[in-house]
Amino acid sequence: MSDLPHTPPKMSWTFSNDVNAEIRRAAATGIYDIRGGGSKRRLPHFDDLLFLGASISRYPLEGYREKCATDVWLGTRFAKNPIHLDIPITIAGMSFGALSGPAKEALGRGASAAGTSTTTGDGGMTEEERGHSKTLVYQYLPSRYGMNPDDLRRADAIEVVVGQGAKPGGGGMLLGQKISDRVAAMRNLPKGIDQRSACRHPDWTGPDDLEIKLLEIREITDWEKPIYVKIGGARPYYDTALAVKAGADVVVLDGMQGGTAATQDVFIENVGMPILACIPQAVKALQDLGMHRKVQLIVSGGIRTGADVAKAMALGADAVAIGTAALIALGDNDPALEAEYNKLGTTAGAYDDWHEGRDPAGITTQNPELSGRFDPVLGGRRLKNYLKVMTLEAQTIARACGKNNLHNLEPEDLCALTLEASAMSGVPLAGTNWVPGRNGSF
Amino acid sequence: MQTFDLSKEGLRALNSSLQALKGQTNMTAWEIINPKGAHAIAAGVDAPVEITVRGSTGYYCAGMNKQATIRIKGSAGPGVAENMMSGTVIIDGDASQYAGATGNGGLLVIKGNASSRCGISMKGIQIVVHGSIGHMSCFMAQSGSIVVLGDAGDALGDSLYEAKIFVRGKVKSLGADCIEKEMRPEHLEHLEDLLRRGEADHKAKPEEFRRYGSARKLYNFNIDNAAAY
Repeated sequence: MSDLPHTPPKMSWTFSNDVNAEIRRAAATGIYDIRGGGSKRRLPHFDDLLFLGASISRYPLEGYREKCATDVWLGTRFAKNPIHLDIPITIAGMSFGALSGPAKEALGRGASAAGTSTTTGDGGMTEEERGHSKTLVYQYLPSRYGMNPDDLRRADAIEVVVGQGAKPGGGGMLLGQKISDRVAAMRNLPKGIDQRSACRHPDWTGPDDLEIKLLEIREITDWEKPIYVKIGGARPYYDTALAVKAGADVVVLDGMQGGTAATQDVFIENVGMPILACIPQAVKALQDLGMHRKVQLIVSGGIRTGADVAKAMALGADAVAIGTAALIALGDNDPALEAEYNKLGTTAGAYDDWHEGRDPAGITTQNPELSGRFDPVLGGRRLKNYLKVMTLEAQTIARACGKNNLHNLEPEDLCALTLEASAMSGVPLAGTNWVPGRNGSF
Repeated sequence: MQTFDLSKEGLRALNSSLQALKGQTNMTAWEIINPKGAHAIAAGVDAPVEITVRGSTGYYCAGMNKQATIRIKGSAGPGVAENMMSGTVIIDGDASQYAGATGNGGLLVIKGNASSRCGISMKGIQIVVHGSIGHMSCFMAQSGSIVVLGDAGDALGDSLYEAKIFVRGKVKSLGADCIEKEMRPEHLEHLEDLLRRGEADHKAKPEEFRRYGSARKLYNFNIDNAAAY
């Protein structure tokens, strides 16, 4: 090799090592990559917003001393028995089947101790979660696995799932290796086969049908229960408006960072919108209909901290839901299990093959030996702690903005760090009164 | 006989009266007049009572029914007897889309024709249709049986699991993973029972039917079967 300068090896941005590895994997296996979780892309997110805080023009409230309310009512539009939660952070729907029985119990324990609700998932309601959940939201899904009128009536609220952020327009698949005897019996299918969860409801299509479906559910449950309608972040303005038109008490809006038990990676990463882009559109729809705060808005997808909670609420949400973060609080992807993750060919923090049922943390598995490792009492305590910390964090920020209720946070309390975040959220770019795409001076 | 005029007293009063019938009751016979195509008539009933609807119904009549016997003296709108758990629903006329969708148990009898997606995602319900059924019927049907005295439309039994399908007439096409299967003695016996309970034993004999079920090739994903989806 001469001493003359030479062009160093140059990797392609388009054909990066990650991309090439996936091409080789597809060529070798003949199957697309299926995984759990939500989008792993770097997306415009709550990190791209900041709170301004108070000074002379706004005065703050004293931390730890002056009141900052956190409670929230959900389902006040039609339900005889709306839900009252102590904190505006709920646990998102995750199925028994995707999760172990002890993990579902822990979610119920933690949520109840923190004064909030938890949610069933595809696969029906288990005794573990009903028994340990003071407030339980029962999902009404296209598959209708385990659906029955008795559980509808045992629920505190009903969530009609139209879509989810990880895969708007997609159904689900619980692969055969997770179909234990109990899961199979609850779903009325043979053990060991892949269980497809349909992408559309079997007995209604479109908002006019949905309105009648909600009527039927209300008739069956004596108009007692709040009815949520959950949508993925696809066209949030129109979907929110149509959910309201159909009679939803609550709209649940899930961005593409929201997790799933198992879906194609190509779907997770290429369909849907980040939650930051979704919230303002949904709030606008509610405001245009005169229904903001009358139909409550729960948002989810990448909520991790009290700051995220506060930012979501400042943009107009009434509450948030967490799924992935709750699993991490329980012990999912804990570095303490690094050696076991290595045996699975991965590393703590990156483990997402939840569909394979080999989770060393015992959370996303139906293997009795693995799920037996998980302590639902300890898990519940950890989740409660985490929920309490998030609430305290959100209160800290709200007080700094001079707000005595988390629901008093408003877009005016925020600024955006990037042009993208500003355009998506409608919050002015920091140091300006400018929102890209809107009229106004720099 | 309790007679309930739906046009005067309203849906909420009807369903709360019917849902209040728990356990032993001497009000075992109900007649609903003037249904006028209303939705969710007799939804969520959970008592061994006899309910006769004198006229046609809208969406989701007898939805999630348990125990009750509900007779519709007319035609039924979409989703009749959806997610039925037990009991019997008998329709004198035709049924619209999604009849018996996701039904877990009980017997649904349609004396006329059923539209598309009859028995979609059924989970144990028994369905007897005296006439024909529309396209995509029994899509992803999990368990239970359907008996069709007439013809079946396109894509019958698409992505079928363990449900049993018996058709006397023509099948326009079979859906993915649905195949014709051998009719064995136990199936003839099962058919005979369903025809009798479905008030169709005078119209057809078990030997006149062909049986369809899952080839079970799509039960676990295999890339070599991808073209079948």
